[in-house]
Amino acid sequence: MRRNNNVRAPESQKPLKIDIAENPEDLGAMINIEINEKKVSVPMGTTILQACRQNQVHIPTLCHHDDLCIAGVCRVCVVEVEGMKTLQAACSFPITSPIKIKTTSPRVRRARKNILDLLLSEHYGECYACVRNNNCELQALAKEYGVDHYNFGHIEKPKFRVDNSSYAVVRDMNKCILCKRCVRTCIDLQEVGVLEAINRGEATYIGTFFDKPLADVICINCGQCINRCPTGALHANDPRDEIWAAIDDPTKHVIIQTAPSPRAAIGEEFGLEPGHSLTGEMNTALRRIGFDAVFDTNFAADLTVMEEGTELLLRLHKLLVEGNTDVAIPQFTSCSPGWVKYLEHFYPDFINHLSSAKSPQQMFGAVLKTFYPKIKNIDPANIVTVAVMPCAAKKFECNRPEMTDSGFKDIDYGLTTRELAQMIKEAGIYLPELPKSEFDDPFGDASGAGLIFGATGGVMEAALRTVLELVTGEKIENIFENAEIKAVRGFEGIRYAEIPITKVGPVPDLISHLFKDFKWLEGVTLKVAVAHGTANAKKVLEDIKNGGKFSECQFIEFMACPGGCLGGGGQPIPTNAEIRRKRAEAIYKEERTLNYRKSHENPKLIRLYNEFLTDGPCGSISYKLLHTTYTKRGSFIV
Amino acid sequence: MESGKTKRSGTVIFSAYERGAAIKKALSLSRNDILFELKNSGLKGRGGAGFPTATKWMLTAAAVSDKKYLICNADEGEPGTFKDRVLLIEYPELVFDAMVVGGYTIGADEGIVYLRGEYEYLIDSLNDYLEEMRKDNLLGENILGKNGFNFDIKIFLGEGAYVCGEETALIESLEGQRGEARNRPPYPVNTGYLGKPTCVNNVETLATISHIIVKGSEWYKQFGSDKSKGTKLFSISGDCERPGVYELEWGTKISEVLELVGAKDAKAVQVGGASGICLNSSQFDRTLAYEDIPTGGSIIIFNKSRNMLKVLKNFMEFFVEESCGQCTPCRIGNVKLLEGIKMIEENKFTFKQINKLKELAETMKIASKCGLGQSSPNPFLSILENFKDEIFNHSGGGSYA
Ligand SMILES: Cc1cc2nc3c(=O)[nH]c(=O)nc-3n(C[C@H](O)[C@H](O)[C@H](O)COP(=O)(O)O)c2cc1C
Ligand code: SF4
Ligand code: SF4
Ligand code: SF4
Ligand code: SF4
Ligand code: FES
Repeated sequence: MRRNNNVRAPESQKPLKIDIAENPEDLGAMINIEINEKKVSVPMGTTILQACRQNQVHIPTLCHHDDLCIAGVCRVCVVEVEGMKTLQAACSFPITSPIKIKTTSPRVRRARKNILDLLLSEHYGECYACVRNNNCELQALAKEYGVDHYNFGHIEKPKFRVDNSSYAVVRDMNKCILCKRCVRTCIDLQEVGVLEAINRGEATYIGTFFDKPLADVICINCGQCINRCPTGALHANDPRDEIWAAIDDPTKHVIIQTAPSPRAAIGEEFGLEPGHSLTGEMNTALRRIGFDAVFDTNFAADLTVMEEGTELLLRLHKLLVEGNTDVAIPQFTSCSPGWVKYLEHFYPDFINHLSSAKSPQQMFGAVLKTFYPKIKNIDPANIVTVAVMPCAAKKFECNRPEMTDSGFKDIDYGLTTRELAQMIKEAGIYLPELPKSEFDDPFGDASGAGLIFGATGGVMEAALRTVLELVTGEKIENIFENAEIKAVRGFEGIRYAEIPITKVGPVPDLISHLFKDFKWLEGVTLKVAVAHGTANAKKVLEDIKNGGKFSECQFIEFMACPGGCLGGGGQPIPTNAEIRRKRAEAIYKEERTLNYRKSHENPKLIRLYNEFLTDGPCGSISYKLLHTTYTKRGSFIV
Repeated sequence: MESGKTKRSGTVIFSAYERGAAIKKALSLSRNDILFELKNSGLKGRGGAGFPTATKWMLTAAAVSDKKYLICNADEGEPGTFKDRVLLIEYPELVFDAMVVGGYTIGADEGIVYLRGEYEYLIDSLNDYLEEMRKDNLLGENILGKNGFNFDIKIFLGEGAYVCGEETALIESLEGQRGEARNRPPYPVNTGYLGKPTCVNNVETLATISHIIVKGSEWYKQFGSDKSKGTKLFSISGDCERPGVYELEWGTKISEVLELVGAKDAKAVQVGGASGICLNSSQFDRTLAYEDIPTGGSIIIFNKSRNMLKVLKNFMEFFVEESCGQCTPCRIGNVKLLEGIKMIEENKFTFKQINKLKELAETMKIASKCGLGQSSPNPFLSILENFKDEIFNHSGGGSYA
């Protein structure tokens, strides 16, 4: 098999070349077509599938995914185009002439049913023993076509061994229908490329480089492939059993922290429309399930902002004042473990650009097994830390050997939003109807800055709010209306902003041991950028390599997942741009209602620095507990 | 090269031709004149699909691009086909001259021969031949003094997969990707090799073009049947005394072919290679022509000693193996058809099952992504239909359930 890690997607799987004009009406690029004898008009280049959807005509699909380029391989979307001998795949047929389409002719219905029967004949799995039961596109299609027996038989034994080597992604190729969405996700969307179709014909399967277990190839654990798999062939490595066992063990003090994105999406698992935040309800559910303490990862995000922001100022000081040109600038954010592993594999020479600050999950873990047991008088050996994350890579991150600075494994289990929803259901709880409750102390308050970590651009915005306020002494609200830094928000793949520092203030107490003054920053223009999805990250990194505009930045936020954490590999399925937009709206809406909007204003955080991290941000205690190192992995160390 | 030229006889392709003649003539014509000649000749693609060659050239010529390609499809993977090899060995001038003419007509400056992996042993002599052409300025810059007309040809060795003969899979393979068919539209004439307009032509199509350019379309049209003009090369193999490559006029009857090659007790004739259709003796008066049995040129003869179910099984095993595996109907469908054959073999089937498989075969023909899956059910359907007595008697007959 060819190694395909930096090769573009196969041409056949790239988007069709016919672009839809922005103003087709003005150009006269509208085409009159007929769908099931109804006359409609569509812009030239629209696919039959798009045209049908716009006209409320349902076409079944399996290999098509809105986020991905076109494959045209499953063939369940076939329709009749008048004058053509063969049926045409609606997902991949661009309309360029006035065609007449039939979507439910006998030939079409029979073909679709036969294709579905073929897929089922090779599909080994029992729905009731499958994570995707009730949320599976193959199952749904079988229902849509009223399948009640197997026309072409049914495979009786599994052909493949399940690969559960990876902390993040379990691959059960017995359930794979070869739609190649995962391949396209990995190569095109993420530009990682560890999955490829191997062999030909009947022997085809989706495999890894040299058929190695997923844990032994350069997978970044982003889990984006899981979110786009139509079946249960890919799912996250599920720690529910261990967590239930810990909860049931009376000697264990089981703590759960919840990241910002799960609360904005978990409602989808309970049938709510995307865009409902269930923060308070989730807290109640977690207590009912039996967690001994429920904390907000956003608190740790505030901590991250303090540490990472201070680190940035230290780096800039080294460069601008001490004249140390070896210092790696721009500084890269480090809270997305998928992104971190991507960089370690593909751009190992850049790892010194990564902020040494751990991600919020891991900072919290270190605090929860040091400071927390001290004030609570609990033996840290009896503490079990669980992190609810929108992310599959967090499962890998908490198992990195360096994540044991507390003397224990800082975070024991990473749990995805999907898996938490499952636990809540197992506990017999219907989440949306629960009363709300608050997070537990001593970390009960978190700022809105921590909350927006969930959306792409959020870490940057949070850091800017703090850094700018600390440096200028000016209230951020006076610089940006409502403290909202719109330039770094949105879903554009790569965003760039310049913020001139026109005045500086006195150095605030918390960091006065590090800087005498901020005069050296006066007149400096902060140049920052945001990239989400590793394909976009790659563009930025290549630009930096070539000395382009991003090499002039001081600080860049990278997120492995499209949309940021709210689009993470542990979030509810399905995902698409619209769903991610609604989750982001939910996060930003909730943020506006919070008491504190800036990390450095969080009173519980200040208490932590006063009582525990006593030598301040980037001091020796925090360096020991809250900062980490990275590995130049390249292609060979996994 | 293979041992010296055997003198072949034929009215068009194997007729006399002087090296370089088509290029010389073409360069004295306008592009429109060349396209007219081709259109008037009615020439259709000889690779199997039978698409009008003039239209393909016209579409590529009309595509706007700074770069275009002309590809000679010499993948010749269809079982029972070897005519393209004969042309490349014995008549390379016909093929390469037409590529130059094509480059001139469609506005391409690069020609690529996609040579079947198994034909690797031809590559040196073909390259030598191209070198000769360069020396004589039949290739290179300002060809034969035509200012601004540059064209050169390179040879690319394929990877041996049957599906790579399908033009879009061929292009993928050229680009270094898995040999898998692309979605069409867009067609190669607009978006082909490296995204540029690309014209893919079969070896024999090209060889025919050289003659048409030199001798004119009217001359060409005197041969053939009413609706299928000209001649066609047939690779004839199987149970006969004189297998080989024959140039025959369109409109020739199967029975005439059998006579010609000395097939005495033919029971079945597979026309069009593995993906073609299989005729029984009652159909031997049918004609080889686009209006009756169109074909890429492979004819395999089976005599009375052959077991047609085994023949069919061989074909289906080939397709199970050769399907690229990307689309559902072909990847799994061929397996199911083969399973059906095994069920018949073991006499463990119901006619309900067989009918279901026939329905599946129809689905494969219309829902598969490329020509492979669209044509692989042909032998299944035609052999089960045309030899049903033999097959279902042999097995003792199934039960109706
Ligand atoms: C599975 C498959 C295999 C094919 N193999 C060949 C081949 O070996 N040689 C060839 O010339 N055309 C082959 N074709 C046809 C090509 O796709 C294409 O139609 C042809 O090269 C066009 O040339 P023409 O118009 O001159 O016939 C094949 C098609 C399919 C579907
Ligand atoms: S993947 Fe879907 S169809 Fe298959 S067992 Fe799971 S739920 Fe059922
Ligand atoms: S987790 Fe990410 S990197 Fe790993 S296989 Fe899936 S898409 Fe590729
Ligand atoms: S693993 Fe899932 S996404 Fe990948 S090809 Fe199989 S079914 Fe499709
Ligand atoms: S029809 Fe067969 S060979 Fe063609 S794309 Fe589909 S699987 Fe591949
Ligand atoms: S959805 Fe169109 S071919 Fe799969």
